[in-house]
Amino acid sequence: MTPASSPTSENRALRRLSSLVAGRLVIAIPYAWLLVLFLVPFFIVFKISLSETAIAMPPYSPAFSFIHGIAGLWAEVKKLGFDNYVWLTQDNLYLFSYLSSVKIAAISTLLTLVFGYPIAYGIARAPSTLRATLLMMVILPFWTSFLIRVYAWIGILKPEGLLNQLLLWLHVIHEPLIILNTSKAVYIGIVYSYLPFMVLPLYSTLEKMDHTLIEAAEDLGCTPVSAFWKITFRLSLPGIVAGCLLVFIPAVGEFVIPDLLGGSHTLMIGKTLWNEFFENRDWPVASAVAIILLLILVVPIVYFQQAQARAEEAGR
Amino acid sequence: MPSLGSIRRSFAPWNDAAAKPYIAFENVTKKFGDFTAVDKLSLAIYEREFFALLGASGCGKSTLLRMLAGFEEPSAGRILLDGQDLAGIPPYRRPVNMMFQSYALFPHMTVEQNIAFGLKQDRMPKAEIAERVASMLKLVRLGEFARRKPHQLSGGQRQRVALARSLAKRPKVLLLDEPLGALDKKLREETQFELMDLQHELGLTFIVVTHDQEEAMTMADRIAIMDKGEVMQVATPADIYEAPATRFVADFVGTVNLFEGKVADMSGDAGRILGADGFGLRVDNLAGAKNGARAWFAVRPEKIAISAVKPADEGLNAIEGEVWDIAYLGDMTIYHVRLEDGRIVRTSSVNSRRASDEQLTWHDRAWISFRPDAGIVLTR
Repeated sequence: MTPASSPTSENRALRRLSSLVAGRLVIAIPYAWLLVLFLVPFFIVFKISLSETAIAMPPYSPAFSFIHGIAGLWAEVKKLGFDNYVWLTQDNLYLFSYLSSVKIAAISTLLTLVFGYPIAYGIARAPSTLRATLLMMVILPFWTSFLIRVYAWIGILKPEGLLNQLLLWLHVIHEPLIILNTSKAVYIGIVYSYLPFMVLPLYSTLEKMDHTLIEAAEDLGCTPVSAFWKITFRLSLPGIVAGCLLVFIPAVGEFVIPDLLGGSHTLMIGKTLWNEFFENRDWPVASAVAIILLLILVVPIVYFQQAQARAEEAGR
Repeated sequence: MPSLGSIRRSFAPWNDAAAKPYIAFENVTKKFGDFTAVDKLSLAIYEREFFALLGASGCGKSTLLRMLAGFEEPSAGRILLDGQDLAGIPPYRRPVNMMFQSYALFPHMTVEQNIAFGLKQDRMPKAEIAERVASMLKLVRLGEFARRKPHQLSGGQRQRVALARSLAKRPKVLLLDEPLGALDKKLREETQFELMDLQHELGLTFIVVTHDQEEAMTMADRIAIMDKGEVMQVATPADIYEAPATRFVADFVGTVNLFEGKVADMSGDAGRILGADGFGLRVDNLAGAKNGARAWFAVRPEKIAISAVKPADEGLNAIEGEVWDIAYLGDMTIYHVRLEDGRIVRTSSVNSRRASDEQLTWHDRAWISFRPDAGIVLTR
């Protein structure tokens, strides 16, 4: 009503500015979180990986300090080098650990997919009243400590364990199977532990799918099996990619499962890393191993994010 | 060359005793648990017919269509297509295609790929597929959208892709489940005529499921009115409207005024229907009725005239009442007239002249009148 009301327009500008600031502030919180809890530790680890081992506290040198002023700090920076990375290429142990980790993670991811897909499909096709309960059953193991669940598998898989007792009692086998302390136990452990990470994203894509698409495919001449591959499977690819990466990425760096179930023969980078840190107390080499592991995982992580962005784009 | 309309008018295989039905439902029953969706239903549909299944939701019309497509098996009875029993034949081997209500377009495929999908399943040579897809795209006027994905199309365009996809395999019968349900009114009306032309051009049998009576009336050669899993009447749109078999059909299609009473004073087909208030309607199409029997005289609103004074013609049925409600629709006006006993009679009159002369208005006394042959006598 008031003509040319400059106070209100000023108010409006102020409000816009404050909402802009508030918006920035809101995203600043997660950014600060990432900065403090990811980027800073990452640089610390990176710095250690460029150092040398030392019998000292902390067990590497140089340890940066300002005791000798800026000049002294600069002298220490100049001591940093990539010797540890060169070392990683000289001892086959590391290469084999990486390759073995990727192999074990890849195979267990595939196995998780093979077991997880029918479960997710079954839940998505179940009557809607049952779905929540079935999903609950998938998530339920998370309520118990991960460590305890892996320990439980020792009890199941060991030569005189529950599985062997059952099979012997059923006369399926006559001698106990040796599963514990082999890579089979590691596969079982990883598939078991990571199954929910596969089932949940698969379920969410399968559940959204319109069943009339299958009917349409069959109406146009597809057998049920070919309709499954051409429609259901094809449309669940984003869920498959998400599930596989959610399993693969942590499985590569897995330490607890190979350590408890895999015995000394199973080579995985997580175990190698642990050995370097705690057995050899060689922090710089352990840090270099961790940095390389991160670089190896960056590829699938970036792919995962792109795949997710694409899926969101297509969903719109 | 005769016009489309005249061909349509002469197309009536259902009146030809020698004509063989192309699709026959024989005593088909479908139960889902305790619920009977389709109840001992028999129906004959002829080749090249545009057949509509019309009914409220849950009347079993979609179930009927899904049984024909093969998605549901009848609990009892047979379905024959061109003399062949369809029992046990899976959907992918039936020579029928369906256009789904939701269109069910494959979201990961382009328009082209969607249309080609069925042809690829038949292992048609690539060149032939390309040719067929191109002709389908032309048919539904979507040539320039061939490379788009369904989510990049408007509702009307998607509907046409779904139509092209279901027609691409040249099915013997095309099943359409509420094909125009998702379109807005104007587009729906246009598409109705397109579908009719297409059906005639391709010489196919179309079976359309709809709850929209106007849609069924416009497009279909014959309509089956369904209720609670049963067919109430199968007839041409004109017969459904002018000669409904039961009160349900009369009431379901269009608007109707029902005057209830007892048949009296029959002489030949003429006589009276005596209402509870003692008022006797003169009717002259009582064939099949008996003196003293309960009957309803069903009169459509447009066959009832409304006037401020009593019409001079003594041969008309004329009843006095009060104008209760008026709905002015532009092309016509609907009056609700309240009779002495509280009953409301609906009339509609075409506004053939511009609204300038004196008009009836709310609470005016008015006379409604109709000829003895203006309605139909119903005994059920």
